[in-house]
Amino acid sequence: MEFKTVVFYFLSAILVYAALRVITARNPVHAALHLVLSFFSAGGVWALLQAEFLAISIVLVYVGAVMVLFLFVVMMLDINIDRIREGFWNYLPLGAVVGLLMVVEMGAILGSQYLGAAEAQVPQTAAGVSNVKELGRLLFTEYVYPFELASVILLVALIAAIVLTHRGAKKTKYTDPAKQVFVKAADRIRVLQMPAEKQD
Amino acid sequence: MMDMLQQFIQGVFGPAWPVVWNLLKIVAVVAPLLLGVAYLTYFERKVIAYMHVRIGPNRVGPLGLIQPIADGLKLLLKEIIVPSGADKWVYLIAPGLAIAPALAAWAVVPFADGLGVANIDASLLYIMAIASMGVYGIILAGWASNSKYAFLGAMRSAAQMVSYEISMGFALVTVLMVSNSLNLTEIVRAQDHGIFAGMGLTFLSWNWLPLLPMFIVYLVSGVAETNRAPFDVVEGESEIVAGHMVEYSGMAFALFFLAEYANMILIAALTSLLFLGGWLSPVGFLPDGFFWLAAKMSFVLFLFLWFRATFPRYRFDQIMRLGWKVFIPVSLVWFTVVGVWMMSPLNIWK
Amino acid sequence: MLTNFVIPDLLPAAPELFILAMACVILIVDLFVKSKARTLTFALTQLTLVGCAAITYMTSTGEITYTFSNMFVDDLMADLLKLFLDLTVIVVLFYARGYIAERVSMAKGEFYVLVLLATLGMMVMISANHLLTLYLGLEMMSLSVYAMVALNRDSTQATEAAMKYFVLGALASGLLLYGISMVYGATGTLEITQVAQALAQGAVNKTILVFGLVFLVAGIAFKLGVVPFHMWIPDVYHGAPTPVTLFIASAPKLAAFAMVIRLLVNGLFFLAPDWQQMLMILAVLSMAIGNLAAIAQTNIKRMLAYSAISHMGFMLLGMVSGVVGGDARFALNAYSSSMFYMVAYVITSVAGFGMILLLARAGFEADSLDDFKGLNKRSPWFASMMMVVMLSMAGIPFFVGFFAKFAVLQAVVAAGYMWLAIAAVLFSLIGAFYYLRVVKLMYFDAPLDETPIAAGFDTKLLLSANGLAVALLGLFPQTLMYLCAVALVRSL
Repeated sequence: MEFKTVVFYFLSAILVYAALRVITARNPVHAALHLVLSFFSAGGVWALLQAEFLAISIVLVYVGAVMVLFLFVVMMLDINIDRIREGFWNYLPLGAVVGLLMVVEMGAILGSQYLGAAEAQVPQTAAGVSNVKELGRLLFTEYVYPFELASVILLVALIAAIVLTHRGAKKTKYTDPAKQVFVKAADRIRVLQMPAEKQD
Repeated sequence: MMDMLQQFIQGVFGPAWPVVWNLLKIVAVVAPLLLGVAYLTYFERKVIAYMHVRIGPNRVGPLGLIQPIADGLKLLLKEIIVPSGADKWVYLIAPGLAIAPALAAWAVVPFADGLGVANIDASLLYIMAIASMGVYGIILAGWASNSKYAFLGAMRSAAQMVSYEISMGFALVTVLMVSNSLNLTEIVRAQDHGIFAGMGLTFLSWNWLPLLPMFIVYLVSGVAETNRAPFDVVEGESEIVAGHMVEYSGMAFALFFLAEYANMILIAALTSLLFLGGWLSPVGFLPDGFFWLAAKMSFVLFLFLWFRATFPRYRFDQIMRLGWKVFIPVSLVWFTVVGVWMMSPLNIWK
Repeated sequence: MLTNFVIPDLLPAAPELFILAMACVILIVDLFVKSKARTLTFALTQLTLVGCAAITYMTSTGEITYTFSNMFVDDLMADLLKLFLDLTVIVVLFYARGYIAERVSMAKGEFYVLVLLATLGMMVMISANHLLTLYLGLEMMSLSVYAMVALNRDSTQATEAAMKYFVLGALASGLLLYGISMVYGATGTLEITQVAQALAQGAVNKTILVFGLVFLVAGIAFKLGVVPFHMWIPDVYHGAPTPVTLFIASAPKLAAFAMVIRLLVNGLFFLAPDWQQMLMILAVLSMAIGNLAAIAQTNIKRMLAYSAISHMGFMLLGMVSGVVGGDARFALNAYSSSMFYMVAYVITSVAGFGMILLLARAGFEADSLDDFKGLNKRSPWFASMMMVVMLSMAGIPFFVGFFAKFAVLQAVVAAGYMWLAIAAVLFSLIGAFYYLRVVKLMYFDAPLDETPIAAGFDTKLLLSANGLAVALLGLFPQTLMYLCAVALVRSL
């Protein structure tokens, strides 16, 4: 077995284990951490396929930025996972049947075609061609339109996030002298008539 | 002679030789680095002491030179205390997660032309990716300690590091624009020619001059990114005791300490490589070499210490304001200026 | 290295570029708008949409033009749909303005910017010739709309609706992407015209393609809101602030129609027998469930939501009748009948939700059926307008809805699906019940609320014009039908 193959199986095993733990971990922070681990291993697998740009970007974007914020939120939530899981065993039989059916259906339709997929060849990059450089060239020439669209989507997300969370910048309390001058006693004090209480 | 030696060693290890060779290279980088960290602490105490008109450590060994070793031994022998209610696994993993990125980033740092563990095309991207993982150690430590001071420190640090990463990233993007490469070796090589280099004054052709605003943004963001004074509200001993490390003791604490100083040295190395011409000699008549890089790194590290001795600590909202409302707009503007500059006939980076 | 790169022709995409540039400008200008009513923002937005429509009209060549490395297509259908889209959004914003200005939490400039960006997303979808851009346009639209639904963030109903919409929408996007990846796997290309070419040449793994098609149809069905992917429609229509409901119920339908044409007709026409079967099931189910469930509703927004489901099912009937036994003679006719149905539905639906907005005022939503009681006594003119809208939706001659239904049924009969036509008519009859109930409430019940209608003059004028358009298009449907037919003939 080649060294690369060993590394591949090693990374894949970690990836599968981490992915499983994401959905089985009882503590949400542990689940998030395993998600980080699975992203990292996926990055490793991509690096093996010589897609170093993709590998580095998943680490940079998902591990370095998205998951940090995600972890942030998860840490502040006080989730009682057991209560969420209460319905789990009730729904499990139905869910399992549906899931199994879908797997069988997919298998029946795709059948043998996909078994040949393992023989697909990864195109070899020619020596002296930088993966990152070529990607950059393509992004800014041929794919410039979808690239710009993606950036507009980010702009939309930015606007949406701000408009949904921003509650105005005014936090300072100040006095308005004009209003103070205009105040009348009747605005502040209400005189109530109360019947005298009997003492016993 | 050397060839024969190499052949002999290769014969001994057989097919495992590439693995062993890489391990040797890693040791060759990490061992001096850790030594550097140890003596950086000594250097720091001495520098700050002299700035305060004190003497600094001078008891252990001649001139106090053994002091860092003594400190290290002391920490090594202390017990690691796990607070009750802490998430034990995460608590113990966190220091490892803090130190690992700080060391892993060194894999692509070149020390001289062609001298480094690995020379990959996307090395700048790699550094950004690895550096962005440093924050995990801190927030996990804060969360797992089950202590409010630690958690507050972690929150502050995560917010601060994520904010300053953006302006740092923009600084890197301008550098790679003018160097036309993501490879650190290429970036240094791109700085050794230009109008001033032609006159023998290479140091004026380095990136710091044409990219001066980005140089400053990068340097200051670097200080903030490593949570050093005056941006050390993360530890803020007068408010939240020691932030994320408050519950750590012994070796676990030492790892955080190591990570912080290793990160400082890394930022110093990157600043030297990206803006100060790396191993290039400042003037035409002197040879290039590693010692120039070492000198530049020492200078940047000295700046770190100087800042610490000089500036009072920022308030947290001031840190955020500086990051989001000053550095990011400045870097965005300069980013555009450089883009236009490169497209104009005045382009000096051809 | 850059020698083989040619700067793409920007002219066909001029409307999109204009709207994007203006959205950014408005975003900045709005920072300096102090007034609560946001008059300047509103005016700029409307000017942008008018300008966009004008540019679309002026740059329309009637030829099929590709640009941006064949990722963008500009043809007559795209131009026509974009014109309708701009017009719809302009009308929607006029109706919405009063409502928004009265409610503090919604009176923000971002509402207008999000509307513009959603419109941009729809235009991108309409002009997509690449599965990637189609998807990106869809996301741009959806993301803006999710935010708009949640804009009234202090209302639990609205946030719940937004959450449901978002989660289900993300699921649908996932399905669509999965389908796209299958198509890519089978044909090796994402460009829609090349997908069609690869299919025409054969040598494509049909199993994988059909497998992917199932997911594509599911994604489309979600965006159209047809059964069984309709669950979000009633909740979102009900929970969203009425102006947003109005927007969701109108403009995105046009974009969804374009998506159907681009994906299924432009791209996968060779699989028509396969997707026609799927759409047929969706259509029949939607008409059945949509019409039956609408009867039980007491909230008029919910009722119109179920009505929308049934209308989308009816529209799909036209898509179903394109190819019969390998014979594509009637295809153009059938598709143009669907397009006509869609446009007619959008015009009617805008008027319907416009009526709800007309009756609403600060602190009062007017979204219950009871709020329409005795409208005739309060305002005979608008009661008659609402009657026109309801009768048109029910498909009663001679309003535009009738001709739309008629055209689609004609196509269905021509394709030989007699039973389908009979079923469609039967379900329409059931549907007529709840539309006529609204008419009954307006004319024969006593009003619960005697407050005079407070809407502004422009809204009243526009709503009257809108109602009259529903009536007039019913009397003279030929022009619109002809436009749709020509647009499709010149584009496919």
